[in-house]
Amino acid sequence: MAPSLEEPNEVELSAALKSAPKLVAHEPEHCPGPESQLAGKGDACAGCPNQQICATAPKGPDPDIPVITSKLSGVKHKILILSGKGGVGKSTFTSMLAHAFATGPDTLVGVMDTDICGPSIPKMMGVEQETIHVSGQGWEPVWVTENLGVMSVQFMLPNRDDAVIWRGPKKNGLIKQFLKDVEWGELDYLFVDTPPGTSDEHLSVNALLKESGVDGAVVVTTPQEIALLDVRKEIDFCKKAGIKVLGIVENMSGFVCPKCTKESQIFKASTGGAHKLAKDVGIPYLGAVPLDPRIGMSCDFGESFFDGFPDSPACTALQQVMHNVQTEVQDR
Amino acid sequence: MSLKDIKHIILVLSGKGGVGKSSVTTQLALTLALRGHNVGVLDVDLTGPSIPRFFGIEKAKVTQAPGGWRPVAVHDSQDNDYQENLKKIGSLRCMSLGFLLASRNDAVVWRGPKKTAMVRQFLSDVHWGALDYLLIDTPPGTSDEHISLVETLIRDTLPSQLAGAVVVTTPQAISISDVRKELNFCKKTGVKILGVVENMAGFVCPHCAECTNIFSKGGGEIMAKEFQVKFLGSVPIDPAFVELIEEGTVPSYPSGTVLNGRDMSTTASGKVRPNEDRASLVEKYTRCSLRPVFEDMVHDLLQEINLQA
Repeated sequence: MAPSLEEPNEVELSAALKSAPKLVAHEPEHCPGPESQLAGKGDACAGCPNQQICATAPKGPDPDIPVITSKLSGVKHKILILSGKGGVGKSTFTSMLAHAFATGPDTLVGVMDTDICGPSIPKMMGVEQETIHVSGQGWEPVWVTENLGVMSVQFMLPNRDDAVIWRGPKKNGLIKQFLKDVEWGELDYLFVDTPPGTSDEHLSVNALLKESGVDGAVVVTTPQEIALLDVRKEIDFCKKAGIKVLGIVENMSGFVCPKCTKESQIFKASTGGAHKLAKDVGIPYLGAVPLDPRIGMSCDFGESFFDGFPDSPACTALQQVMHNVQTEVQDR
Repeated sequence: MSLKDIKHIILVLSGKGGVGKSSVTTQLALTLALRGHNVGVLDVDLTGPSIPRFFGIEKAKVTQAPGGWRPVAVHDSQDNDYQENLKKIGSLRCMSLGFLLASRNDAVVWRGPKKTAMVRQFLSDVHWGALDYLLIDTPPGTSDEHISLVETLIRDTLPSQLAGAVVVTTPQAISISDVRKELNFCKKTGVKILGVVENMAGFVCPHCAECTNIFSKGGGEIMAKEFQVKFLGSVPIDPAFVELIEEGTVPSYPSGTVLNGRDMSTTASGKVRPNEDRASLVEKYTRCSLRPVFEDMVHDLLQEINLQA
């Protein structure tokens, strides 16, 4: 057996994993999960070195869930930003939507970045060099403006280029800590940015937030079928996990050439794009945001696209999306 | 063991999602096949497999063979009858979780241990046969799939087989900062970096031939320099390639389209062959403007691999 490449634990996460017993080996392939009711009793448990530990560990709901629920009781709306596909603009969209909501000076907005292996939110918000402050109440989020706070794993890395080479359980531990130990205070909206896919991070966020009530998920896609293919899977995941889909947003739809002002479909919607997908699966269509090179530039420099180019078509489109999200959330 | 007859294994990695790992993998595979090599493509992106769609074999299913799975053939090796300088097209085979799912809309909601087991099974139970190159397309990030993949490869293959990794990025800073993490992952795990590819560098407007750098430009080259790894090249956005994949349209370009100093317009690249619409993907790809870009890239890549050997 080659030595494990998983890094030794540097951030103290064991406190967040109280409910799961300490294992002596990696979980087997069909492990029911050390936190589950079946732990130690499933078919896959036979012969597993952890069997005894799992079987004798105290069962029942995770004692941290009530803690999380009370901690987040001051957050009015919790919205997940999901997409099965990477690079469709989840983080860009999250940061722009957060800025859009935060244009109202009385609206308090928080952004939690659960993409542990590729956190982008801090750079897009221009707070990459910040570190988190620990106070008596817990961890303080980093405030971008007076009413916009951010939390990301990036703030905890000693070197910003470090790769976070973690397997699932460790990532879950950190996400739990983000929910449990971060002092968000009173918030109107908390946006949770997620990594691509349907795996550990998504399951954990959903399981931990279920009690405190998630308003729903905004699904981001690009128009071409290769992205929609993965996004359909994500919608299927939401259905299976019982997450309400607030709607779907089409990003990078259409590019207007700055020279001849003619529009081209870079990512051609050969199967009808997000609009048709929304219709097919019966979820609201929230709008389309065009591809604008200035959006990418604003992100690279960590500036708000909203402050820089308030009259651009992309901003108008985003305001429409924001309005639709507000309506969906208030419908509940 | 299923990997023992494979000469070179190349990983395609990126810290960032949606930068075109699968697109680059596909084009590297097609280009290698056009050079006469037998190629295999393994897709270990379990929650978002794209390879079946890229090769237009979404409906295909994997067949069982004694002791393992038979990969899906895109095309067999064949004589190349329309390019004088190349005599043979190599075979191309694929394996992806997409072939094992009942419905293409099904979500695969798996936690780490199950993904690890699947990756290991993909590496041990697929009957590739003799291959010159196996390209492994990965999901974004540096987590379960990557750790399992590299652990298993280091354990089960000879150092001469594991050629190294091609790292894909897009030019903007936000993507580069994630991709730096991937380069550090390679360093930490001892996987050799064969080079960096900058994808989506520039878009040529099909109406006026003006080139816009939608996601800026040059970031990949600077990063490659900083990490002292080879820069393999910039790939522009080509809507004709997207159409080729999505709809199977033979790429054609208006006259005056020049890419890297080459005239790519349809009239310049020879006469249209009869029944071209029904040709295979690899034949259609020879008409794509990105092919010369990848031709150069593969040339550099093979040089890099041979240097090691």
